[in-house]
Amino acid sequence: MSKIHVSTTVNGDAVEFLADPRDTLLDCLRDQLGLTGTKEGCGTGDCGACSVQLDGVLVCSCLVLGAEAEGKTVATVEGLSNGPDLHPLQRKFIEHAALQCGFCTPGILVAANALLTQNPDPTEVEVRYWLAGNLCRCTGYDKIIRAVMDAGAEMRGTH
Amino acid sequence: MRFHTPKTFEQAAAIAAGASGLTRFLAGGTDVLVQLRAAIVTPDDLIDLKHIPGVKDIARTTEGGWRIGIAVSGAELGRHAGVCADWPGVVEGMQLVGSTQVQGRATLVGNLCNGSPAADSVPGMMAAGAMVSVIGPQGNRAVAVEDIPAGPSRTTLLPGEVITAIILPPRGAHGGDAYLRFIPRTEMDIAVVGVAVNLRRDGARIIEARIALGAVAPKILLVPAAAQAIIGTALDAVALAALSAAAIAASTPISDKRGTATFRKDIVGVLVQRAARIAYTRAEGASA
Repeated sequence: MSKIHVSTTVNGDAVEFLADPRDTLLDCLRDQLGLTGTKEGCGTGDCGACSVQLDGVLVCSCLVLGAEAEGKTVATVEGLSNGPDLHPLQRKFIEHAALQCGFCTPGILVAANALLTQNPDPTEVEVRYWLAGNLCRCTGYDKIIRAVMDAGAEMRGTH
Repeated sequence: MRFHTPKTFEQAAAIAAGASGLTRFLAGGTDVLVQLRAAIVTPDDLIDLKHIPGVKDIARTTEGGWRIGIAVSGAELGRHAGVCADWPGVVEGMQLVGSTQVQGRATLVGNLCNGSPAADSVPGMMAAGAMVSVIGPQGNRAVAVEDIPAGPSRTTLLPGEVITAIILPPRGAHGGDAYLRFIPRTEMDIAVVGVAVNLRRDGARIIEARIALGAVAPKILLVPAAAQAIIGTALDAVALAALSAAAIAASTPISDKRGTATFRKDIVGVLVQRAARIAYTRAEGASA
């Protein structure tokens, strides 16, 4: 089976890979590019662990083919921090202990970042609905919601 | 599996018509990729339609309706002020599909062609009187949305045919529509029952209505008897009771893990009244 040559931009870097037509973007990120921050939970778009931004749109990378990334820009959890300086969302998740096993955390960070980019001052209800597609089986969500609200407040400079 | 990226719908239809094995069209991919992973459907030819110019566009038709491209996502539809103002019932149905992530990709045409009897966006389109433009080996045709579903996971589209756009009619004066579904939680679930009502008023009196029911039959149904129950009325208690009875009578649901047939029939009778009231209220203010 012939592979497809894909040129795309991931976290600002131009990258190329060879994808089987059946490979998902998630497969390509993890197995071709070594970006294992993006997790595979369900593989069917239900859990959100594989969330990335594709041309600025929040998507499940398990529901995108690698070949579809041709010419697009992809943003993963690896691009959130600025070198050693954690993104405010990452710091607040640590401060609020908004994770236990951590498997869902990269997807939630990416999803929450997408929300705060388009809506810097969301209500708690808006955060809960936005993150309804990110499942966490450990925390019960409250700490996650508090961490996102707190990160939003810090990013708005209202601390 | 061969992956194709045609630049025109003619090319896409030609690839599908010439294929010897299983073919799937790819727009948002939120059903196709799930079926691919579960090995339910492994296409020999996968045809990505997103390289065709215009598939992401929403445009006014010359008649005053809307032409919605086949790759317009739920999120993009929800941000379009014009469609939201004219057809809030269509938009609210689509926006109930999946999570934020799924909304970034999922499309109206995909929801229609997946053929689920519980598809949330389809009752709204049927009630609105939406049409789809189809291209195929026999040329172009326009098909009413209610004529596309053929049963669970099946459509009436012929081999080599592909939908090129959805056409919503002009809203016109004093019209309103609404979609409601029942799920046992607040988000991220599949409809146990879905109901769409579209109507037009002349003063207090309803002069036109179209009503579609989801998840209560092998395919989503347009129910003229339910519409007839409220046409000519001011949606009074007698009309609502007749509406409820007509919706229940038209429903032939199954019992499954999401609800029993008896429960679904009860719920459809309640939801259709609520959706009618919302559409009736919306029609009062609508003049576009």
